[in-house]
Amino acid sequence: MSAHITLGEALRRRGVSRRGFLKFCTATASMMALPPTMVGAVAEALESAPRPSVIWLSFQECTGCTESLTRSHAPTVEGLIFDHISLDYHHTLQAASGDAAEEAREEAMHAHWGNYLLVVDGSIPLANPGYSTIAGMSNLDMLKESAEGAAAIIAVGSCAAFGGLPKAKPNPTGAVSVADIIKDKPIINVPGCPPVPSVMTGVLAHYLTFGTIPELDVYGRPKVFFGQNIHDRCYRRTFYDRGLFAKTFDDEGARKGWCLYRLGCKGPTTYNACATMKWNQGASWPIEAGHGCLGCSEPDFWDAGGFYRALSIPINDPAAAIGIGVVAGAAIGIASGAMAHRKKVEATHHREPLKVEQLEGKA
Amino acid sequence: MNTTDHAAVTLRPLLHEIHHALQRLAQVGEEHTIDLEALPFGPGDEALLLEFLGSGEVAAQLHALGESRVLESRFPGVWLVTHFSEEGVRLAQQLEITRTPALLRTPQEELGVAVEQFAQALREQGGADDV
Ligand code: SF4
Repeated sequence: MSAHITLGEALRRRGVSRRGFLKFCTATASMMALPPTMVGAVAEALESAPRPSVIWLSFQECTGCTESLTRSHAPTVEGLIFDHISLDYHHTLQAASGDAAEEAREEAMHAHWGNYLLVVDGSIPLANPGYSTIAGMSNLDMLKESAEGAAAIIAVGSCAAFGGLPKAKPNPTGAVSVADIIKDKPIINVPGCPPVPSVMTGVLAHYLTFGTIPELDVYGRPKVFFGQNIHDRCYRRTFYDRGLFAKTFDDEGARKGWCLYRLGCKGPTTYNACATMKWNQGASWPIEAGHGCLGCSEPDFWDAGGFYRALSIPINDPAAAIGIGVVAGAAIGIASGAMAHRKKVEATHHREPLKVEQLEGKA
Repeated sequence: MNTTDHAAVTLRPLLHEIHHALQRLAQVGEEHTIDLEALPFGPGDEALLLEFLGSGEVAAQLHALGESRVLESRFPGVWLVTHFSEEGVRLAQQLEITRTPALLRTPQEELGVAVEQFAQALREQGGADDV
């Protein structure tokens, strides 16, 4: 597709009517979390938006972010990303590989120098460049080279945004985020493990529509999607406010849909759009499915003290080790707490590393 | 209206917003749109809302980049507009408080084309030298 064509023209050429175009704008505005009054502005901007070039690099990652995005049914995902935005290079998705793929990247960089959008998923290993290479080139070198001619960078997923899982203690590969390396380009962080698909397409759509970087929070995340915490938008909040908590995953509270705070929900400290945008075409989201929020869009969520540990309970609290709400009386509480503490200390002393055979169920 | 605990929290303010918007439409003609995708609905909230709104006299279907449904609720002036993709996946859902949702009106941009197309059709019918 020509680099000069606008989205309005592209849609008209495909036989899309004015009503179809307005519908497309309505869905795009909704995806960008813009108020409905902005549909007109979106339509006007998209009419004249030029086609940008996108280069997508994948480093130390699990492909979950790409899976999440390509499984999204956002209105525009095929049209927006593949036809219009034009993905000039994505080594996970494209048919070419090795030298041919690298040539495609270099060609796209050369043709759109200074103007292309660089999307990165995965963290970058600094301990040894050999931990992750593409066509023999280290992730660090490829990032630096590709970032140089980029207009802006979108770090997709918690690995690219914050180091993510590869950076979890003890961080064997010396993983770092994109922002740890690139200091002279605008970087939009879209964390999540993976990010909500419509948030990814929403950020891409914002850039495509307005050609600008959205307003970012202190972690470089677009405020429009990461400006409110899960807890404030959670439909279980009414139970939290009344002190009604599920204490196990199958008790009466769990069945009645009470708050999951005591089961380790990280909603109160997590900023993301899951409560409104949801997953699987809006079908549900983790808390609605009965599991607390893991806090996956926050830095170092993997090392935040345990997914099933309630937030305000200190990590070494003996009562927490045997579950909350069991303290029927002070004496019993102290005694059982002490026992649990002893057991925990013993377990720590006697802990043996898990073997691969055990994981595979052979031992 | 039977509401669950969380529905009471989510839906009551929304119903008041709709009522207020309807008052503004009746008094000064001001239109209002609410994006239902942006609301933190819990399980069952949306069904309760739709049950409350019910259906009125108008139901329209559009076919442009997939289907769209435009339904007037049992309260004249409160419309539910739902957009689907070509694969039938829901893309957006809005409540429009208006006398006619914009999507139902013929776009100005297409009127000129329509005049041309009509003239062409007349010519093809034959003997229409005057068009
Ligand atoms: S389930 Fe989590 S996010 Fe929801 S109210 Fe309880 S603590 Fe807050």
